[in-house]
Amino acid sequence: MIDRASGLGPDVSPEYRELVERWEAKADRTAPRSGKGSGAIDRTISDVPLKTVYGPADVAHLDLARDLGVPGEYPYTRGIHPTMYRSRLWTMRQFAGFGNAKQTNERYHFLLSQGQMGLSVAFDMPTLMGYDSDSPKSLGEVGKCGVAIDSVRDMETLFDGIDLGAITTSMTINGPAAIALAQYIVTAENKGIPRAKLGGTLQADILKEYIAQKEWIFPPRPHVRIIVDMMEFCTKQMPKWNTISVSGYHIREAGSTAAQELAFTLADGFAYVEEAVARGMDVDEFAPRLSYFFNSHIDFFEEIAKFRAARRIYARHMREKYGAKDPRSWQLRFHTQTAGCSATAQQPENNIVRVAFEAMAAALGGTQSLHTNSMDEVLALPSEKSVEIALRTQQVLAYETNVTNVVDPLGGAYFVEALTDEMERQVEEYFAQIAGYGGMVEAVEAGFPQREIADASYRYQRSIESGERVIVGVNAFERPDETQQAGLLKIGAEIERGQARSVQSVRENRDGAAVEASLAALKRACAGTDNVMPYLIDCVKAVATEGEIVDAMVSVYGRYTENTQF
Amino acid sequence: MSSTHAPATPLRVVVAKAGLDGHDRGAKVIARALRDAGMEVIYTGLFQAPEQIVQTAIQEDADGIGLSILSGAHMTLFPLVVEQLKEQGADDIVFFGGGTIPADDAAELKRIGVREIFTPGAPLSEIIAFVERECGKRRESAG
Repeated sequence: MIDRASGLGPDVSPEYRELVERWEAKADRTAPRSGKGSGAIDRTISDVPLKTVYGPADVAHLDLARDLGVPGEYPYTRGIHPTMYRSRLWTMRQFAGFGNAKQTNERYHFLLSQGQMGLSVAFDMPTLMGYDSDSPKSLGEVGKCGVAIDSVRDMETLFDGIDLGAITTSMTINGPAAIALAQYIVTAENKGIPRAKLGGTLQADILKEYIAQKEWIFPPRPHVRIIVDMMEFCTKQMPKWNTISVSGYHIREAGSTAAQELAFTLADGFAYVEEAVARGMDVDEFAPRLSYFFNSHIDFFEEIAKFRAARRIYARHMREKYGAKDPRSWQLRFHTQTAGCSATAQQPENNIVRVAFEAMAAALGGTQSLHTNSMDEVLALPSEKSVEIALRTQQVLAYETNVTNVVDPLGGAYFVEALTDEMERQVEEYFAQIAGYGGMVEAVEAGFPQREIADASYRYQRSIESGERVIVGVNAFERPDETQQAGLLKIGAEIERGQARSVQSVRENRDGAAVEASLAALKRACAGTDNVMPYLIDCVKAVATEGEIVDAMVSVYGRYTENTQF
Repeated sequence: MSSTHAPATPLRVVVAKAGLDGHDRGAKVIARALRDAGMEVIYTGLFQAPEQIVQTAIQEDADGIGLSILSGAHMTLFPLVVEQLKEQGADDIVFFGGGTIPADDAAELKRIGVREIFTPGAPLSEIIAFVERECGKRRESAG
């Protein structure tokens, strides 16, 4: 059964009508191909049904002013800047962090010397979960998938020799985000750079932790309160700082569809907006500094449609529903990372190619910054060589392919516009379901997005298993003689021992009474309604460790435990 | 999925996440696939200590434990589970695992007693067949 581009309106010429009818007759007689991967030609990787070809009828309902506009104007479907990459390329920002602060600092100097434009910190699991490196909970995890930061001393080492007043830094941390921000502020101020001059982004999106990434500390409500404290603090004191990077990346990595990624991420973002407004903040005071973070998966056009739809949906809700008046509040700015979950351990060099396509989708979708994954990240931490190839991929894309010369080059394409619409339709459907729970925090507490993602992830895995979908090197074109490459970067146990000794030495060489006093004040702030940020800064100045600060907060809020579903 | 070792009562398998690793997509997919294949699956949830995992397996009278680690802590946490199984006299439980585990680490883990390591891209059918076969053998030898 072939879907048709029919439904032609009365205004098409008889010649065109005849052409379409002739094509339909031929297409009806042509059997679809069989064999590898042919089971999925009629839908995207997210199971959005596809037609054989798209035509004018598929975009006939579009109102150019209402739905597309022009680049740099509401609803920003075509991009948030009038001239996009012609005036400024996206920021090439590679996420990096491993071992201890000294090793990661060396990698940062290498990346900056190779033309990278901003820093992006990957923290290790104990840091992300609020444990010091010498905690029994940290056993085996220190420095493994990011850098270990226990106190402001480590943060100072991490940025040694880097001008924090000149560079922007993105920090991927959520549960203890407010603590990391306090450490960054104190590190900069110790070097004489005032907080008002600091530019960068904190991920600080806790709702998606409960949904997907699972790096939480406290229950949802106190966590959201701390984030709103941060928003308020940054609005008043850090005009160049992006307070939250609302993230769909992890939702997608957990197995969601493209529409789920978009719906749950935007719903998370709107939940923060609602909380901040409820706190008495004006939406235009903080919204211009919210940013978003999306995945770029392997289904090329679906991803481009997703990015375009994201901007349009966001602009519409921010203006119509939340009453924002400042155009900067309507603009969805986003960072993109290529899909880790599309990479394969088999024939890892193939990942270079996947990353290149995914990066191009991000550029065609109008991203503001981009991380390209390294080919070996599915096996271990990336080696310096593979990180360099990943960065070069972005440079080839930006400087050689010329896709940057024309703004929104796929705007008006029948298929892309139809898919952009379909994304918006599916997202609005999810918004209605979320509203049925009473809001996103309630939906997350009820496990709704978690269930939707687990179901989608299982369906996807089954489609690989059945051969309906092909993954090169995994269920087709395998190399039985394949052996794994040598030279993977490993973090030895000596890093953990060294880091544990280092945090113990930090605790021995500070004013213990000042630490106790700062932690006691923090607890009172947590139990009351004062903004916690100044108290956190005091703790960090007293060189309290991250684990100590988190323990103090846990004594007020408790630790979250998940009601698991599979 | 059929097996020549199909036992009279369903096989029982604990699917576990250890340490501080929150990546649970793989563990949940495996848990669901084993359940769909007719087994009784107990999923521990996140952040379990090695001793908790072994305790759960013993209390649940499990035939197998599948441990998923994607945070890089596998060379610490897998050996601790092996050790706990021995200490509790439960090392007849079929202990296997998966995650982002380089080949040389997987070889070392198998040397110390982890029965199999599945890495990204391993077919579900292969994992199910392994669990049915090895846990089935354990049932038989236990009489």
